Amino acid sequence: MKTYILLFFCVLFQNMQAQETISGKVVDKNNKPLEYALISWKDTEIGTEADAQGNFTLEFVSDGILQISYVGFEILEISSFLNKQNLVLTLKAEKSLDELVIKTTRKSTTRSHTSNTNTVTMNSGELLKAACCNLAESFETNPAIDVNFSDAISGSKQIKMLGLTSPYILIAEENIPTVRGASQAYGLSFIPGTWVESIQVTKGAGSVVNGFESISGQINTELIKPATDIPFYLNLFGSTDSRFEINTHLNHKLNDKWSSTLFVHGNARVAKNDMNHDGFLDNPLGSQINVMNRWQYIDQETGLVAFLSARYMKDEKQTGEIDFDKKKDKGTTNLWGSEINTEKFDANAKLGYVFPDMPFQSIGWQNSFSYHNQNSYFGLNEYDITQRSFYSNLIFSSIISNTLHKFSTGLNFMYDNYSENVFNYTAQNYDRIDNSVGAFFEYTYDNANNFALVLGGRVDNSNRLGVFVTPRLHLRYNPWEDAVFRASVGRGKRVANIFAENQYLFASSRQFNIQYSDGKAYNLNPEIAWNYGISFSQGFHFLGKKAELGFDFYRTDFQNQIVVDLDQSARTVDFYNLDGKSYANSFQVDLAYNLAKHFNLRAAYKYYDIKTTYQTGNLERPLQAKNRMFVNLEYQTHETDKGGSWKFDATWNWLGKQRLPYTGDNLAQNQLGQNTNPFSTINAQVTKVFNDRFEIYVGGENITNYQQNRVILGADDPFGSNFDSTMIYAPIFGQMYYAGLRFKIK
Amino acid sequence: MKNLVFVFLALVGFAFNSNAQEKKKKNAKHDIEVLGNCDMCKKRIEKAAYAIKGVKSAEWHSEDQTLHVIIDENKTSTTVICDAVAKVGHDTGEVRATDEDYEKLHTCCVYERKTE
Repeated sequence: MKTYILLFFCVLFQNMQAQETISGKVVDKNNKPLEYALISWKDTEIGTEADAQGNFTLEFVSDGILQISYVGFEILEISSFLNKQNLVLTLKAEKSLDELVIKTTRKSTTRSHTSNTNTVTMNSGELLKAACCNLAESFETNPAIDVNFSDAISGSKQIKMLGLTSPYILIAEENIPTVRGASQAYGLSFIPGTWVESIQVTKGAGSVVNGFESISGQINTELIKPATDIPFYLNLFGSTDSRFEINTHLNHKLNDKWSSTLFVHGNARVAKNDMNHDGFLDNPLGSQINVMNRWQYIDQETGLVAFLSARYMKDEKQTGEIDFDKKKDKGTTNLWGSEINTEKFDANAKLGYVFPDMPFQSIGWQNSFSYHNQNSYFGLNEYDITQRSFYSNLIFSSIISNTLHKFSTGLNFMYDNYSENVFNYTAQNYDRIDNSVGAFFEYTYDNANNFALVLGGRVDNSNRLGVFVTPRLHLRYNPWEDAVFRASVGRGKRVANIFAENQYLFASSRQFNIQYSDGKAYNLNPEIAWNYGISFSQGFHFLGKKAELGFDFYRTDFQNQIVVDLDQSARTVDFYNLDGKSYANSFQVDLAYNLAKHFNLRAAYKYYDIKTTYQTGNLERPLQAKNRMFVNLEYQTHETDKGGSWKFDATWNWLGKQRLPYTGDNLAQNQLGQNTNPFSTINAQVTKVFNDRFEIYVGGENITNYQQNRVILGADDPFGSNFDSTMIYAPIFGQMYYAGLRFKIK
Repeated sequence: MKNLVFVFLALVGFAFNSNAQEKKKKNAKHDIEVLGNCDMCKKRIEKAAYAIKGVKSAEWHSEDQTLHVIIDENKTSTTVICDAVAKVGHDTGEVRATDEDYEKLHTCCVYERKTE
């Protein structure tokens, strides 16, 4: 009987309890259920565990405090309840765990395993490693591009890719070809490095979307976008060769759609340097002012994006004999001197539209106008060129049935008006107008797994080049994990602007001879080349650290080339259509290895075999090292709470022997050997980052102080027949040290 | 007057209704819950979706366990996609994979199933 009564009471009690329960669900801030969370009434034994979906039911205790706890989350306490059923209890993550951010350092140079082309992306971190401050110098820590030593006349560095000089590279700024025509020689030094957000370096045939001119590769620079820029940036730089630079960016966001940045760059070299005591300046005196205003419009709802920008640049350089006075000595044979004055203006408008319900479909329209004017003289040689250009490219991108099959198609228009005057023994005028209209189509197949193919073609009608087809093909295959195999084939065609591209040769006594044919530019034919390339890279772990090994081989085969022949005589340079073979083979093996935490190594070996049939026979391209080695080490200390750290960077470059052009008809003391000696240089930099707003850096270039021993042939008689200041194969200046600071307001 | 309003509302309602039924979008965005783990799952799920005619874009993210698709509703539907994805072993919002298909998954892909 007793048991029955007890049972009755129990049931009664249970029943009462059933009416007095509390139920709900425990979740985190993302509404994710916290399975098996503990729920209990404070200071009681009454509690339960939530189920796998975070749901719980518990008897209700009036005036009790409900405690909900879960590992890694703050304990939640609730003492008053509006309702007791279906509560949603959100737990906050514990502070200490919340602040634990897992960091993987992003490398400043990356090579993607999923990109369809052999492209290396350098972000701003990589650009900071170079001394300063223009685009030509920013490639010094990258093995894909060879940076040559600046000549004494222009002071600017020339670049090569696959052993071919910059005219064979399509250099674009946000996909609009910029360094071309008149700006070929110095164009890279007119783009300040601090304006650049990232650079994509693509070896081999590029995309047809950007034009037909690329032969050995493409370099695209992306400038800083006003919408994501910081309000203020300042960079100051000074070096022992008396070069000073200032870069400032001022950003303003007008509203959620419009933003604008004003970029101002100035540089000057104020003191005369003659480290090798040959009576000539080692690098030019000069100044540059470069101003750009850029506007960005974004409308997230309609999918409309626009960029507008306008830029003005004025650059002046003076070089030659130390005592040369441009007011007194210009155009005379008193003293040899040279001036190169360039003025540039350009304006761009870009419109992009992404279809709101079709993120895979877009229309882009790029328009660019540019004016480039260079007035220059080199002793008694004079060279003036003005180029007015208009470029327009309309691109429509979409898919065929699904996003595994994409295509881009469009129309492209180019107009170049050149006015060119040359005085080299006689006065000559080479004014011309080039224009071309083209249509392109590029199809991309990507199986979203391990294979992709890009097949592109374009047809252009040009008044200089005729009607012609440009085919390009790229393949990517990932045979196994962390491995990528790529292949590319493509054709390129271009007009050689022989004077603009070779204007450094004016700083010699050489006579320019054009061996006329019936061609349409300078009476020479267009240059046509095929480029073939394969590459393979494999990521792996060695001693528990990440490593990547890559190989690539490229061959450029010229069907026609404008041969620049320095080997007939030291008195002349001859330009003529290729009659025979001309090819450039390039092989590169490179290794990237993470030696320890924050400590990275990159090493590369490059082999070039570049030969051309000259009128004197098959010869190696002059001033080109057959073998090159490159090692870069970077180390960064662990970042402090404020974002401070030390950064160390060093680059070692070794160049094998280079063939020198023929000098046998000079006086004995002005003759050079057949080849140069191998040599190496070391550049290093240390940066102290105080916090995310302020940092200072010091560095040195050519620390081992290697110097070319004879820079100028016939320096004692600069108006005589032996004078030649163009044989530059090594540093002229010797050691150079620099320091600078960067200040940001975020 | 009251009647008139009623008739009007009914008409509007009807119009909306018929609209909703007839208008099939050529580019309809849908988010489908699909369970999975890793990159291998991602490739398998997307491959299954892309194999269906009318699927223009398919992207699966492990963070939110969601397959984002853009489809031509004249040609296919989310049910068809769910069927196809379940067929390769992944449970979806609409269709659950058979135990057989689930067990065929690679060891790294064996995601935790929700209880039925």
